[in-house]
Parts: sequence; structure tokens; C-alpha cells
Amino acid sequence: MAAVAARYNDYKALGVEIFAVSVDSRFVHMMWQEQELSKMVAGGVPFPMLSDAGGRVGTVYGVYDEAAGVNIRGRFIIDPDFKIKAMEVLTADVGRNPDELMRQIKAFQHVRATGEVTPSGWQPGQPALKPGPSLVGKVWQVWKP
Amino acid sequence: MVELKDSCVKPVRGPIMPAASPSSAAATAIQEVSKVTARVGQDAPDFELSSFVAGKGFQPIKLSEYKGKWIVLCFYPGDFTFV
Repeated sequence: MAAVAARYNDYKALGVEIFAVSVDSRFVHMMWQEQELSKMVAGGVPFPMLSDAGGRVGTVYGVYDEAAGVNIRGRFIIDPDFKIKAMEVLTADVGRNPDELMRQIKAFQHVRATGEVTPSGWQPGQPALKPGPSLVGKVWQVWKP
Repeated sequence: MVELKDSCVKPVRGPIMPAASPSSAAATAIQEVSKVTARVGQDAPDFELSSFVAGKGFQPIKLSEYKGKWIVLCFYPGDFTFV
């Protein structure tokens, strides 16, 4: 959470809206912000912290752990057409990698803007692939792992 | 700091499911909500939840009001946890 907050300006520059969701009440969100997050990151977490009481929304997104009564780590990228483009779900004990989130957003934005497709491990600035009959069987000529 | 006005209990809609067929709507309403509908390549399930926003206070957020933008939705286990 704090790791994403620390790079908030990078996400803002890409036109991305971030929402954090847990089963905690909005009052607890406020206290966590004041007591801890604002000491981890200057200004605290700048994006909305949503309260999913009872995990009702987490259930619909497939991330609600009924035994523990909490939402596990689930991260969803939604495009301007309101389609889910990517999801990543982890158990609670391993944190996420904000660099990979950023890479995926840039890749999806590149694909949307150009109609190209991005190969495995693609980074902004690297060549992407133009899908079509002329590329069939010839990917090896333009891309290697 | 903005004055945070709010009552103790404030209803929000939670998950907002597409309307089911009229005959079965009432009977299956609760079942519908318990289903996972999030799929890659499909529409994001809409919802309305209350939120805390730094510097702004408490406000309800409806996901579909952000249609047209790139959205990242991050679920996490809980405030004051370790990772």
C-alpha cells in the first residue's frame, strides 16, 4: 500500500485512479492513515481507501477469505471501457511488486494506443509486435526471450 | 484538516449486480451476491462503498463513475497489518 502510495505521481501521470479496499471501516482507515501510513510516506496514502464491510465486494471479485473474514491481496487493472484487463491474487504473507503493476499498465496502454501486442517481459521503449499474417512463424526474427 | 462529518452507520449499496430476470430476482438476490463474477476480459463488477480520502474525509465511491479512466483496484487483508 505504502509502496504504491510512494509512486502515486507516476500512476497519476499515466491517468490511473487507484482504490484500496479492505474490510476495515472508514474510521479505521482514517486512523491507520494518521497513525502509521503518513509516517511511512509523506502525506500518507493519497488515494481513496474503501470499506468493504463483510467482504461483499471482495466475494464478487473472488478475493474474500471466508475463514479469515478478510479480503486477500487481489489487484485488478480495469481499462477505460470498464473491462478487467489483469488480475493478480496472492495470499496475505507476500507483498506485491509495484514495478510489475506499472509495467503491465504501460503495456496495456501501449496495446490500446497502437494495436500492437507486447511480448513476454516487454518494457516501455522496447519493440512490440504487430499481429497479422506476415508475422506468423516469423516471431523468432523479431523477438527472442 | 477538513472537518469530517459522518454518522455511525451509513448504508452503501455494496456490489451492484446486473438485473436478474424479474421472476427470480427476489428469490436469488442473496445467492447472486455470493457469486464470483470478476473475469479477465469481462466488465468489472460495479459497486458502491464508503471510503476515507486523505484531505477530503468520508465519501461514498461508486466504481462505474470512473468509467473512461484506467483503474487499479487493490484489495488487502487489513489496516495495521505488516506487509
